[in-house]
Amino acid sequence: MSQEQILSSDGIPLEESLKKAERKNKLKAVLLVAPLFLFILIIYIFPIGDMLFRSVDDRMITKMLPKTFVAMEKWDGKDLPDEPVYEGLYEDLSLLKKNKTFGKIIARLNYEKSGFSSLIKKTIRKIDKLEEGNYKEQFIKIHKRWGQAEYLVALKNTAPNWSYAKYLKGVDLKYDENRNIIQQDEDRRIYKTLWLRTINVAFWVTIFCFILAYPIAHLLATLPMKYSNLLMICVLLPFWTSLLVRTSSWMVLLQQQGPINDLIVWLGWAADDNRPELMYNVIGTFVAMTQILLPFMILPLYSVMKTISPSLMRAGKSLGGTPLVSFVKIYFPLTIPGIGAGSLLVFILAIGYYITPALVGGASGSLISNNIAYHMKSSLDWAFASALGTMLLVGVLAIYWVYNKLVGIDNIKLG
Amino acid sequence: MALPNHTPLNYRIWHYTYLTFCSLVFFFLIAPLFVILPLSFNAEQYIHFSSKMLALDPEGFSLRWYEDMIYGTKNPWGLATKNSLIIAFFATIGSTILGTVAALGLSSRHMPYKAAFMALLISPMIVPLIISGTAIFFFMAKVGLAATHTGIVLSHIILGTPFVVITVTATLSGFDHSVTRAAASLGSNPVNTFMKITLPLIMPGVISGALFAFVTSFDEVVVVLFLAGLENTTIPIQMWVGLREQLSPTIMAVATCLIVMSTLILVTAELLRRRSERLRGINR
Repeated sequence: MSQEQILSSDGIPLEESLKKAERKNKLKAVLLVAPLFLFILIIYIFPIGDMLFRSVDDRMITKMLPKTFVAMEKWDGKDLPDEPVYEGLYEDLSLLKKNKTFGKIIARLNYEKSGFSSLIKKTIRKIDKLEEGNYKEQFIKIHKRWGQAEYLVALKNTAPNWSYAKYLKGVDLKYDENRNIIQQDEDRRIYKTLWLRTINVAFWVTIFCFILAYPIAHLLATLPMKYSNLLMICVLLPFWTSLLVRTSSWMVLLQQQGPINDLIVWLGWAADDNRPELMYNVIGTFVAMTQILLPFMILPLYSVMKTISPSLMRAGKSLGGTPLVSFVKIYFPLTIPGIGAGSLLVFILAIGYYITPALVGGASGSLISNNIAYHMKSSLDWAFASALGTMLLVGVLAIYWVYNKLVGIDNIKLG
Repeated sequence: MALPNHTPLNYRIWHYTYLTFCSLVFFFLIAPLFVILPLSFNAEQYIHFSSKMLALDPEGFSLRWYEDMIYGTKNPWGLATKNSLIIAFFATIGSTILGTVAALGLSSRHMPYKAAFMALLISPMIVPLIISGTAIFFFMAKVGLAATHTGIVLSHIILGTPFVVITVTATLSGFDHSVTRAAASLGSNPVNTFMKITLPLIMPGVISGALFAFVTSFDEVVVVLFLAGLENTTIPIQMWVGLREQLSPTIMAVATCLIVMSTLILVTAELLRRRSERLRGINR
């Protein structure tokens, strides 16, 4: 470089001071984002990580029966184990009895193999009466299942600290005694149906929202401002209204003595004493969700259609295209970004919907979210709830990623 | 939308079919809300239109369910309203401040990895509420904030900030940065510039973001269901509990009040949106 360096007024090379200013600006921007970023990281992202961790964490039994598992390491897992394993069991179970903390282990082991519940309960009841030494014989005397290798193998199978069993259960699979993956028993296969129903409902709600939203978004975008503003209220009022209010209005409408059933009876489509069930099944979920999610389809479509110049359609016509041809070849392709945005938004919202299916869906209209809530609040199988949640999350993030690729996440518009 | 006289018949038929279809969809959207209004004035204890109501007989209507909502014995609505307002108030303040500040950083052209940060910051809006609820519950239980107002407020801040970030970033996209440089060249410090120049200009975006955050918190039920104890009950929780038991006219009365409130919020939000579009020169 033969050229002389340009200096700024204070004698520092201009390039350098520019870079310094740039760095300072960058730091300033990062510092502005930092508080929210840290907040979300700590209260939101880490807890989601914790949820993933819980779904595979299976250390409970190993923690509660530490001595047993140490002794089991030397056992080949074929014939009955030797004395040390039973001695370990004696010590661990005595301690659990003393601390009264055996409830969890019973549930967990019984899940692994049915029959464990009575086995452990009986053993714990009688464990104080055991004499020192020769625990193997005494255990088998308490319950003959201690003499059956399959129970001890099942116990040994719970040794790994990490387990994908909850994920297998989430798709109706399970481990058998030899750690092979097999189908869940027929009467316990409910999750495949549930996932399929969730995807099905989300898919058809999206399709119906699209069919209903497209014409009215077009109408809103083409009407003169003073009319369209008025009609826009019909879209925005439901959008701003409490979800529970909207769900309760559907409960009023769909109930057996409700207005829709009255209308059906009045029209003679059904007898008065044989009113159709419109609620507490998948019909209720479907109708209510379509209406509730409709604004999320209309608004993105509207904002795209608003930018399409009407002269394009006129040009199409003047060049000899029929209205249909002009629509298919000109208008429709231009609205595709709006269709993509609306559909993905509705689909993402629908696939994780909880409140509406819980209130109007009944058993046959409940979705995967309802099952997650059930395991969180009623069955208290938090690990399984976490596994189902993780599976749902992965699905949603995949869609989110596609959305981002197609539309760009910062193009979301609200109202 | 009157058609010109020379319009061919098939086009005419098509046009009126289209308008009919649109009217039906608008009806489908808005009618369910209006079912609730008359039922909340029902004189009877049932949730259907009595013959007196259909005949518009004044005896068929009464305000008893509103009375029950406000004065009813052991009614939960007083406590629920108080809690809802407190929680929504603090959640709105928190979301608005954190979201606006972050949006300022995100809109700077010096911000590195802008898209990644944006995606992360608005993820609470995309992740299904049931998952957010589960994860936040685990966290709050661990740090001992389950069944406290603080825990609920913090989780509502999380859920509300994405809306603020989006609306404020949108407002800032039309923001002329030379005005802040002008202020700086006239000797104003950054804080002063922000308070006197930037904030008033982006105010419509901030307020509409705050409205979104308020409504999100005020209407949120899934996360609260996980977090709330008896003391933290909110309006949505009480509605949820009521709706699970049975539809009662009192719930219709509460719902009517909520509809009135959302109408007011809608009007405010619309006025703000128009004002901000006018300021940005979009609405020619």
